[in-house]
Amino acid sequence: MIYKVISKPEFRAFIEALVTANTSYGPRQVDTDSHGEPIYQFMPVSSADDIAFDYTVTTSSAKHLLMPFRDELSRFSFSDGDWKQQVDYETPPIVLIGLRPCDISAINILDEVMLKGAYPSPYYLARRKNTFIIGMDHLPLPDCFCKSMNRHTVNHGFSLFCSDIGNRYYLSINSAKAFSCLKEFCLTDPSYEDNCLLIERRKHIKQSFETNIEVSGLPVFLDVEFDSPIWQKWGDKCLSCGSCAMVCPTCYCYSVEERFDLDLRGSTRESHLYSCNLVDFAQVAGGHNFRPRNGDRLKYRYYHHYRGFSANDNQQICVGCNRCGRTCLADINPKDVINDLRLEGESCVTCVSPSPAKA
Amino acid sequence: MRDMRFTIPGQSLNREPFIDRIPDFQKKCEVMITDRGYKCKITNIVPLTSQEKLFLLRIVDPMERELFSFRPGQFLMLEVPGYGEAPISISSSSSNQEFVELCIRKAGLVTSAMFEARQGAMVSIRGPFGTSFPMEAMRGQNVLMVAGGLGIAPMRAPLFWIGNHRDWYKDVRLLYGAKEPSQLLFNYQFEEWKKVSNVNLMTIVEHPDDSWKGRSGMITALFDEFSIDPDNTFAIVCGPPVMFKFVCNHLDHIGIPMNRMFVSLERRMHCGMGKCCRCMVGSTFTCLDGPVFDYWSVMNLKEAI
Repeated sequence: MIYKVISKPEFRAFIEALVTANTSYGPRQVDTDSHGEPIYQFMPVSSADDIAFDYTVTTSSAKHLLMPFRDELSRFSFSDGDWKQQVDYETPPIVLIGLRPCDISAINILDEVMLKGAYPSPYYLARRKNTFIIGMDHLPLPDCFCKSMNRHTVNHGFSLFCSDIGNRYYLSINSAKAFSCLKEFCLTDPSYEDNCLLIERRKHIKQSFETNIEVSGLPVFLDVEFDSPIWQKWGDKCLSCGSCAMVCPTCYCYSVEERFDLDLRGSTRESHLYSCNLVDFAQVAGGHNFRPRNGDRLKYRYYHHYRGFSANDNQQICVGCNRCGRTCLADINPKDVINDLRLEGESCVTCVSPSPAKA
Repeated sequence: MRDMRFTIPGQSLNREPFIDRIPDFQKKCEVMITDRGYKCKITNIVPLTSQEKLFLLRIVDPMERELFSFRPGQFLMLEVPGYGEAPISISSSSSNQEFVELCIRKAGLVTSAMFEARQGAMVSIRGPFGTSFPMEAMRGQNVLMVAGGLGIAPMRAPLFWIGNHRDWYKDVRLLYGAKEPSQLLFNYQFEEWKKVSNVNLMTIVEHPDDSWKGRSGMITALFDEFSIDPDNTFAIVCGPPVMFKFVCNHLDHIGIPMNRMFVSLERRMHCGMGKCCRCMVGSTFTCLDGPVFDYWSVMNLKEAI
């Protein structure tokens, strides 16, 4: 890692050069919501003017640029009662601009899930290797809780990370490619003053969090509270629409489906990103559903995110961006569910064994 | 101006699977790319009942045929091009390199498409995936096999194995239950298993018809008819989810240690490679850590049965 400082106009020129030469995605304002607040999404950009550098948060994460909602896994072409299968992992290189630390952390988690184990995913590997990531820090929104998940800073997984220090950016350069691209531009070594400004900035971000969730010891809580009535309570609210999984930066569960071409001369096998809240997620042939109730499926999602599965070394995969909470139609957000669960657990402990002082 | 184009040649990522060596499926760290299937020809179709058929598949490429090896209890992903993939347990002998036998019940899209297929049709298989029954660990012990309904399909592979290594095992017993006499699968092989493999076979049906002369009732009723030596017996249980609970509780009651009871779980896998999470039970994958689990691990999993 090399640290440099760049002025904002010079950085803009760098982005301009990068964007013109590559397929790039960055935050763009696509609409305004009912309160007149802008809505941002990661969209293709063709010049630095398209990018909203001071955006708050995008509605969807950048996940779908590495794991598309529909991804072709293989192709079959039919002829004379026989078929041929083609598997193609090749992808064009892309540049992602303006990812937040939580988004980059999410990509690091996806790396671990998709590239570890007995069967690393070649589709993901090809995309990941061909992706150039420029991260930018930001002041948290009132409902962000990435600090609770310890994902408000990120140390790896990006090519270049920019911290805003007034009229300049403090750059953390993490790849040789990024460094050689930046050589053309006017960089200075960080002065003592710049270092102080960076530390101030970090401190300021850390102190700006308004939402905190106590997640320590949560895996045990979840195991103990498996049959807790709160899952039914929140399950009754849940509409099983799957929006949370679509916007989540780490939800990676998918289904594999196949469809014929219109001319019936071939077919494609595709992976579709899926949501564990959809009703047929755990259904097997013959119609038996292992998680038939809304509450079961909601619980499963919380287990995956806050307890973690063995494929991911039992790590928590939530990064605390609260996209699911913002997008939920039934107003379910992780903060409330976890606090509810914890309340349930802790009140139970106090009523079983009263403290000696009370007795 | 410096060249700002950011490139990594994508071609270098395109790798051919299984080019010149036999993949080691027991080794966890092995990098395997299994998106390309083995092309198979349906060489024979044996109708078993109105809902189940036995398909004999032969891998077309002779080299791939040699590479495909599996252990009893593993499953494969059967692909009918254009329709999709379904996980199917292998029910042929693991020593049979020529044919792969799959016992399939008509249940969903892929299996219905398979039922329409005729001899000579080309399908594709990926795999094998998953864990297997510990046939070596059972050496010198009694083996008790309990199958219910379609559970006989994954049970055939260990049965063939035992037939090939009969001197390894002491007393081998197969309990097989079905709803109706007509739903007893592979009844043409019963005599072969009894005489050639020296397996003590007991069958029972839940709803007997007039022609049925054997036992009737639930499968657990069979346990009253013989005695089990709990210290020297391994149990293998395959069947519908509701059967596991009763049978395993009964075996536990008799005193067979839970880590010597093996069950084969059923889930709808989509990738077979521990990525898609569709087969997740508790926090383990059925496709990587299963489908064969010992009952002790299953007991600790939530929502398993």
